[in-house]
Amino acid sequence: MDLDFTPGQEAFRAEARAWLRAHVPASPLPSLETEEGFAAHRVWEAQLAADRWSVVSWPEEYGGRGVDLVRWLVFEEEYYAAGAPGRVGQNGINLLAPTLFDHGTREQRARVLPEMATGEVVWAQAWSEPEAGSDLASLTSRAVRTDGGWLLSGQKTWSSRAAFADRAFGLFRSEPDTPRPQQGLTYLMFDLRAPGVTVRPIGRLDGRPAFAELFLDEVFVPDEDVIGEPGQGWRVAMSTAGNERGLTLRSPGRFLAAADRLLNLWREQGSSEALRDRVADAVIGARAYQLFTYANASRFLDGESIGPESSLNKVFWSEYDIALHETALELLGEDGELADTDWAEGYVFSLAGPIYAGTNEIQRDIIAERLLGLPKGRR
Amino acid sequence: MRFLLDPEQRAFADSLNAMLTAADTPSAVRSWSRGEHARGRALWRRVAGAGVFALAVPEAYEGLGLRPIELAVAFVELGRHAVPGPLVETVAAAALLTEPGLAKRLLPALASGEALATAAPAGSYALDGDVATTRLSWDGDGLRLAPGPDGPVRASLDPARRLTRLLPGGELLTAEPPLAHALTWARLATAAQALGVGLALLDRTVEYVGQRTQFGVPIGSFQAVKHQLADAKIALEFARPLVLGAALTMTEADVAAAKVTACEAAYRTARTALQLHGAIGYTAEYDLSLWLTKARALRGTWGGPGECRAAVLDGLSGGARRS
Ligand SMILES: Cc1cc2nc3c(=O)[nH]c(=O)nc-3n(C[C@H](O)[C@H](O)[C@H](O)COP(=O)(O)OP(=O)(O)OC[C@H]3O[C@@H](n4cnc5c(N)ncnc54)[C@H](O)[C@@H]3O)c2cc1C
Repeated sequence: MDLDFTPGQEAFRAEARAWLRAHVPASPLPSLETEEGFAAHRVWEAQLAADRWSVVSWPEEYGGRGVDLVRWLVFEEEYYAAGAPGRVGQNGINLLAPTLFDHGTREQRARVLPEMATGEVVWAQAWSEPEAGSDLASLTSRAVRTDGGWLLSGQKTWSSRAAFADRAFGLFRSEPDTPRPQQGLTYLMFDLRAPGVTVRPIGRLDGRPAFAELFLDEVFVPDEDVIGEPGQGWRVAMSTAGNERGLTLRSPGRFLAAADRLLNLWREQGSSEALRDRVADAVIGARAYQLFTYANASRFLDGESIGPESSLNKVFWSEYDIALHETALELLGEDGELADTDWAEGYVFSLAGPIYAGTNEIQRDIIAERLLGLPKGRR
Repeated sequence: MRFLLDPEQRAFADSLNAMLTAADTPSAVRSWSRGEHARGRALWRRVAGAGVFALAVPEAYEGLGLRPIELAVAFVELGRHAVPGPLVETVAAAALLTEPGLAKRLLPALASGEALATAAPAGSYALDGDVATTRLSWDGDGLRLAPGPDGPVRASLDPARRLTRLLPGGELLTAEPPLAHALTWARLATAAQALGVGLALLDRTVEYVGQRTQFGVPIGSFQAVKHQLADAKIALEFARPLVLGAALTMTEADVAAAKVTACEAAYRTARTALQLHGAIGYTAEYDLSLWLTKARALRGTWGGPGECRAAVLDGLSGGARRS
């Protein structure tokens, strides 16, 4: 048991740090939830990709560096410590890419991944529907067979960044009458600018068009954009959710950097005695999450799989993130009410944490039933 | 970087767990609480025989060398089984006795389990001062060997923790005891013990809610019950790496972070455990109480939550810790 990094890992850290120091924009980019911010972030993704820092854990042939999870964690720590911009490509990178590594064809990987790595194609996740949120398997949008492909119809919603993104991936019902709702679904990729697609941006809590609803009317998708076998979409979508996603959806680097910023704010504001304990908890929580993730990464590298344990991460970081931001807003005093600060933007974003990526209620069910072995109850 | 227990460390935990399970610790705890120490002393000898106290004693003094990770692993198991006695205090005493003359004189008996130690600042409660054979207390003059307990044993909220004050005076052992160092070891051991207490409370409660039925179904199938247990699980699983990480670095800040987090997680789990057991959980007869009361007591000892949080912030000179 150790926490020491090898000389090779330290060298990697130094290389990443030096590159970031030289390249991270001096002033923050505009919010990526706006059109101009989106464009600016694409430029940043391209810059990252040019020196192969955009997807360090991917194989080199797709633009990565083929590094293991420990180096990936190191990179993330440096990335956020350097104050580098949020990742506009994260839905594709965290959700679609692992799925393609596990279930995609060589052709799909070769076609999709390099453009994803450079930010040329930004992906949106089209899973939720108006009537299918937590109960995702109840989704009703359809994929109907046609010559050489499929026709998609129906409505998707809450699709992050779809207002400005290029393509989307999601589940569609391809066989209407199956005994269980999880059966007969097909996982497909489609173009957000294809004929038949209407994208309607939805203002988030702060009004920014951070997500969108998608109306699909007989949108043609060729066979080569089916991921895995038709009808097996549920299995394909779920198989990648547990393992790496539990580690990579929210890296500890982000929270370590946020705790650092909070600590600095606390000191700048006079080290308020009243908020001392909450600041300490933020520092401790970031450390706990880092070490928890190190332990998971170690297990992963030992060949163990990390399944329902990822639900522990999800609830932890989402609640942590809110507590940290609430503390920051309190420290700011009357300025805590201002909408145009980084802290305010972070706060608004943190509020969604317990809702997206599977609500915390659903995660707690998973923890209770699959980790603690409690009996299944009524849903 | 391989932040996972080694197979030998895991095997050590498993063997302690098996030994303590076989030893029927609950009845030893109950007699200890009544001031009958024979069974507890026997248990103590077995714990020492497994090398637990020797992990806080250098090899030169018949210990196994200072091995905080193994110590933490062991204390999780001691907490899991609610082992009574001045366990943490004996570790703290070992950490106070670093001066070679003192170490030579007093440490071998602590390592072997022949001696039980208690340790407390002068004027504070010392745990089990009536049964400890090495009583350390310190004030502005330094560290002393207290001549005996002063006054009656006071009952703690945890009946297994018997509180005494120590008589003032006694032999001056050293004018400059390594107090900060000892506090770090004591906090680490307490954090690990608390984690074990919390894990035991969770295990027992999960088992209980799987069996107890109301409204025709196990109460564990109700979401309101599940979610409380899920929260306890989250709190404990995030305390665990802090405890092990602190054992690796042994910095004051990391150990304080582990102490406050593990104790809060255990305490929160205790509240949940009590609630989900209903009235039976509120009885002294039912064994759950042995852990419930300990979770509360450990929270305050060797630095309460506020003190530990302050130590975390004091320990960070620059920003928060990265790696
Ligand atoms: C900022 C943000 C970004 C998002 N991005 C995307 C995206 O990119 N792509 C995408 O597909 N979706 C996205 N979503 C949607 C998200 O996945 C859903 O909101 C989520 O699955 C919950 O569904 P719902 O909103 O319909 O809530 P509902 O399922 O209607 O739930 C409402 C409340 O009821 C609770 N509830 C429901 N069922 C149960 C149950 N069985 N037990 C206990 N409580 C229950 C929920 O936990 C929740 O608190 C995003 C959401 C947000 C807020």
